[in-house]
Order: sequence, then structure tokens, then C-alpha cells
Amino acid sequence: MIRLDNARIVLPDCVRDGSLLVAGDRIVAVGTVEAGGDAQVIDCGGRLLAPAIVDLGAFAVDRAAGIAGGIVRVGLMPDAAPVLDDPGIVQRAAASGKPDLWVHPIAAATQALAGDKLAELGILAEAGARAVATGRTRIADAGAMRRVLAYARDCGLTVIAHAEDEGLARGAVATAGETATRLGLPAAPAIAEALAVARDLMLAEETGAAIHFRQLSTAAAFDLVRAAKARGVAVTCGITPAHLLLSDIAMTDFRTFAHLSPPLRDEADRQAARAALADGTIDVLCSGHDPRGPEAKRLPFADAEPGMSGAETLLALSLGVARDLGLGYERVFALLAGAPADVLRIDAGRIAPGMPADLILVDPQAPWQIVGDRMAARAGNTPFDGLPIEGRVLRVMKGGVFVGGR
Amino acid sequence: MDRSDHRPAAMLPGSAVFPHRHLTGISGLQPHEIAFLLDEAEQWIDANRSRAKSDRRLDGVTQINAFFENSTRTLLSFEIAGKRLGADVVNMSVGQSSVKKGETLIDTAVTLNAMRADVIVIRHASSGAVQLIADKVDCPVLNAGDGSHEHPTQALLDALTIRRRLGGIAGRRVVICGDILHSRVARSNILALTALAAEVRVVAPSTLMPAAIERMGVEPFTDFDAALEGAEAVMMLRLQNERMSGAFIPSTREYHRRYGLTPERLARAHPKAIVMHPGPMNRGVEIASSVADLAGRSVINEQVEMGVAVRMACLDVLTRRARGVEGWA
Repeated sequence: MIRLDNARIVLPDCVRDGSLLVAGDRIVAVGTVEAGGDAQVIDCGGRLLAPAIVDLGAFAVDRAAGIAGGIVRVGLMPDAAPVLDDPGIVQRAAASGKPDLWVHPIAAATQALAGDKLAELGILAEAGARAVATGRTRIADAGAMRRVLAYARDCGLTVIAHAEDEGLARGAVATAGETATRLGLPAAPAIAEALAVARDLMLAEETGAAIHFRQLSTAAAFDLVRAAKARGVAVTCGITPAHLLLSDIAMTDFRTFAHLSPPLRDEADRQAARAALADGTIDVLCSGHDPRGPEAKRLPFADAEPGMSGAETLLALSLGVARDLGLGYERVFALLAGAPADVLRIDAGRIAPGMPADLILVDPQAPWQIVGDRMAARAGNTPFDGLPIEGRVLRVMKGGVFVGGR
Repeated sequence: MDRSDHRPAAMLPGSAVFPHRHLTGISGLQPHEIAFLLDEAEQWIDANRSRAKSDRRLDGVTQINAFFENSTRTLLSFEIAGKRLGADVVNMSVGQSSVKKGETLIDTAVTLNAMRADVIVIRHASSGAVQLIADKVDCPVLNAGDGSHEHPTQALLDALTIRRRLGGIAGRRVVICGDILHSRVARSNILALTALAAEVRVVAPSTLMPAAIERMGVEPFTDFDAALEGAEAVMMLRLQNERMSGAFIPSTREYHRRYGLTPERLARAHPKAIVMHPGPMNRGVEIASSVADLAGRSVINEQVEMGVAVRMACLDVLTRRARGVEGWA
């Protein structure tokens, strides 16, 4: 048994000072704990004790980045090589984070992610897949998407969708606007996102399936999700801190680390995203972790691969956004752990008796600087290189065992 | 001539007048720096018209023209410009395919750098590619066109042509018509002409007009006739073949009907308006042959002539620091 004393504990709906008792891989008591004499006692020094982060929709299993970022569970996107559309591959992916990370594979919705034939979702779920995803692109064919949603509902899996209309977005590497125009980059209008959201919301509503939009970034898309939630549609959506903190201006000087998918949007959309986070329209904060080395990034902007190394900056950037918007810690960790665990339908991501002892000890005020070259991740492609921020993970516990920290 | 406030004090050292190491675009240049390059180009116009055209100031300077995208005219213009100044000019034509074979752009840049080039002129099909190379080499880099981003020497030669023909740029109404969406010539011209206080109108069908173009300080039009009202310079852009057949415009004949510069259309502009085209022209598509050849009004050949002078000026100015020219070293 381990007793964590003198902690500010982030519970699902409040923050409470006290102790937390871990037995085996579970949390057994929270609050005022009278533990037996054999418990190992750790003084948390009044620091924040929070549920460890559940990072929904990463593109790589990156253990070092996960530990540095306070992440113990990763919802792994199916866009790997080979694609997660086969039970053997899913099983192997599920084991690929051991011993530091739980990897929850997200099955490919269609065979080879080609967007037409259904993948073996039932068998993949038995092999360990916790959700279904369309991958880096959406499924263009509405009929195929409808079948994916209906079949995933039968299998008890949420469908994680990418929202970008392929007709509008073909060849585009930026959002249409002043920055893309000045740089001469191929761009798609921002409504490419809302068009895709509108279609998939209708299909989800009609089939009764649960749908999660992995990353939304535009005002029009948030309006659609907000309205759908009000009608009772089983919809959730996520965003990365980058889309809350940066606008398309970050692409200036052809900075390929700001080449993301969905692309960084204009300032009005960024403000709409912050409003959607504040009003509860956005459910999940995720890293979109996609480490890319120079061979993929040190290229002309349009030729570079999209994506950012986001795992180890997710917590600090999220805390920064929360401070800006006046969100409490319980809301921050609902966004980072509780809600993503719900999308994956795993019993985790919250501090309560009986839950897995996946915990992080956080100093939310500790200052540090993001330096791409010194990141623990496999690649340091962060659009925040050089940014001074606050909030650091001190210790990480996965299933009752400390796996990292300093 | 031009507004005097575009000129810095004469006693400033050259390196303060034009402090840039590379010329990757018009973006980032101050109006007086653009005017300085135009002034520098003036001296080469007369020299180029004389029989003895050579100057030896770039003696011993190695100029590499690295063209990753096909070009005949711009490559030739840079080659002549370098040779008239006495540089050793080497042309490297790299098809896009050889980059696809494995060597990255960065590797190519490092290779060129290792060959101790003194100035590199680059054209590339991707926006931003020239900046990427400029960051990796020790010598000045001149952008000869990168994707849909910039083509600064084209904008300088166009500005010089307008300045000489109209007696100035500030306050003059310039109409740029064509594929604004994909055109680096349009972007560089917009930046240069608005910096020099021209009134710039851009004309294109909505399918070829970039988003938020008005944020670059120009007035967008879809009606060519309306835009031509009072224009003193009409700049037609080349329409790329691959964009003519349905995707962006229905057909070349429809494009000519709505956006071709015909004698009747030209009559709507200022009576002495000049006609410009960066070449090569699609006669009968964006411009009628009779307009392209209109004596006294078409300055298309003069643009080509100004191109050599402007490129000589840029090569000279950018290499001054390395050559130890007084006030620049």
C-alpha cells in the first residue's frame, strides 16, 4: 500500500486537500485516510495530485514523451504501418507501450483505411481495440460512413472521425486567409471542417452511433456540435492546445512545425474554440502527438508532413489555457483524462475509490521553457519552441507503480 | 520621377541603405530599399544599349543558377546579367524528378554551398523553398520564383518599367489581371507596387482569386471592364495550360471573352495606358495579338530589357559585402 499525504487532490467535480491510499493497482480511499501501519507514506508537499492523462488520438507510441508529459494511457490512431485493421496488429499495438504506457488501439474503420470496406470491428474489439477511427482523413463516401457508424454502434464502439471535406481540402496545406495568400500556399476554406461535421452528425444521429470528432477547430463546426448536443446526439469533440493558442499567423516564414492537420485557423476561429472550451462544447484536450524528424519537416512547407510533437507539452499548455479562461483543475483533468477515457470506454481517468491508480503529481506553477531540441519525444517538432510556460509533472504513477518523474 | 521620401540620405553607407543578405522576396523590403534597387538598375539600361556591354565588377565571382523548375527566359536573363558583370555563371537545371530520387533540397543546398558559390539564383516549384535554401548557405541567395509565393526580380523590373514609362509609381492606378491565385508574379508585384504607393487593382474570376487578397492592400475585381477605368498600366498574367480546361475556368475562349485584353477593352483604360505581360504570352487567350504588339502602348519587350538591368543591379548589390566594396564590407 502507498499513502499519498498532504496532496491537493483533483476529484471529478472538485479539488480537495487530503490523502489518497493506493493498494495494488487501485485507488482504495480518498480524502481523510486512516491507513494501516504498513503503508509507504509519500508527502506530496501540497502539490496537485491528479488523474494521469489519457491522450486520445496520438499517432505514435512514444514512452519517453508520455512519461515527461504525465500520460499513462494513449488512444493510438490506426494510421500506423501496418494499419490497425487486423487483430494480430491490434494486439501487438496494445502491448507496445509496456511497461510505462497503456496503449489502447483504435481500430481502422475500414480495411487499410481505404474508406470503403468495413474492417472486422468485432474481432478487433476482442483483440483490444477500444474505439474505431477513420484515420487522418475522413471517409468520403457517405454510404460507407453510415455503415461504419451503424456497425460500430452494434459493436459498442465510438467512431472517431476526422472532419475535413476532401473535395475542398484536396491539396491544401493551410486554411484560406491572409497568411496562406501571402505565402502562396494551397489553402482550403475553413468550412471544409463544418461540411464534414454536418454530414457525420446527421449520420450519427440517424444511426444512433456515438461519434467523437478528434480535433475540431472552427466556429462553424463548434456551432454544429453545440446544437447537436442540445438535441441529445451522442457527440463529443476534441482539440489540441495548439489550436487554442495559435492562429494561422504561426505559419509565417513557412514554419513547417506549424503545419498541422487540421490546419491552424484564423483568429476568429481560435477565439470561437476558446469559447467552445469554456462553455463545455469541447470535451477532450489531446496532444495530436505526431513526432516528425527533419526528413519530414525540413522541407518546403507544402511538401512537409503535417503534425506536431505534443505529448510532453499537453499538460502545461492546457493549464495555461485554463488559467486564461478561468477553468478549474477539475475541468482541466476532465478534458485531459475523464472524457477521453469515456470515449475509449475504459474505467479510468478519474480519482475515485476502485479506479486504477493512474496518477500524476503536478506542480502547476513550476516554470520551464519548451525547447524542441531537448524534448524527450522522438522528435521535437513543436510549434511552441522557445515558449516559457508553467506546469510540470513531478511523478507519474501507472497502476500503482511509479514509472517516471524526477 | 519618384517620390523623394523613398530615398535615404546620400551619405549613409551602402550596407545601411540595403542591409539584406538575400533577396528572397519583396516582402520585408522597405519602400526606399525597393527604390534603391530600381535606381541601381537605371545605370545598366544605357550600358546594355551600348555596344560595349561588359563590366568586370563581378570578376572571379561564381554565380550558380539552380533552377528546379523549367524556365528559359528568366534563366537566360540571369545568365546574361551575370556575364555582363563578369561573373562565372554556371547553370544547374534540376528537374523536380531528381529531388524525388532521394536528395533533399537541404542536401542540394549544402552541396552548392560546398562548391563555394558566391551567389545562388534559385527557382523552385514550392512556395518557401528558396528561403529554406537561403537559411542553409553562406552566400547571398536570389529568388527567381518559388511556387506561388514570390518572384521579386519580376516585380522590380515591372516597377522599373512603370516608373520610366509613367514618370513615377505613387498614385498611379495599376491593374493586374489573370490567375492571381497561383501567381508569384502577382504577389511580388502587389507588394512592390503598394509599397511604392501605387493604387493596385487585381482582376480574376472568383475561382482564381485568393482569399483575403484585399488584406494585401489591393482592390479585387471580377469585372475586368470596371477595373480598367482610369488604369495607367495594365498587367496581364499568363494563364497556365493545366488550369484552362475546366477546373478553374471553363475554356480558353470563355476566358478570352471575359478576361482577354482586347483593343476594345483597352479603350476603357487611360488613353495612354501601358500594356504589360511577364511572358511567355498565350496570344488570343489572356491578350489579343493586336494589343500585345500595339506600338507605343505595349511595353512587353521593354520589360524583358529592364529584367536584365534589374538582375544586374541585384547581383551587384547582393555581392558587394563579399567583394569588399567600400561602405558595404
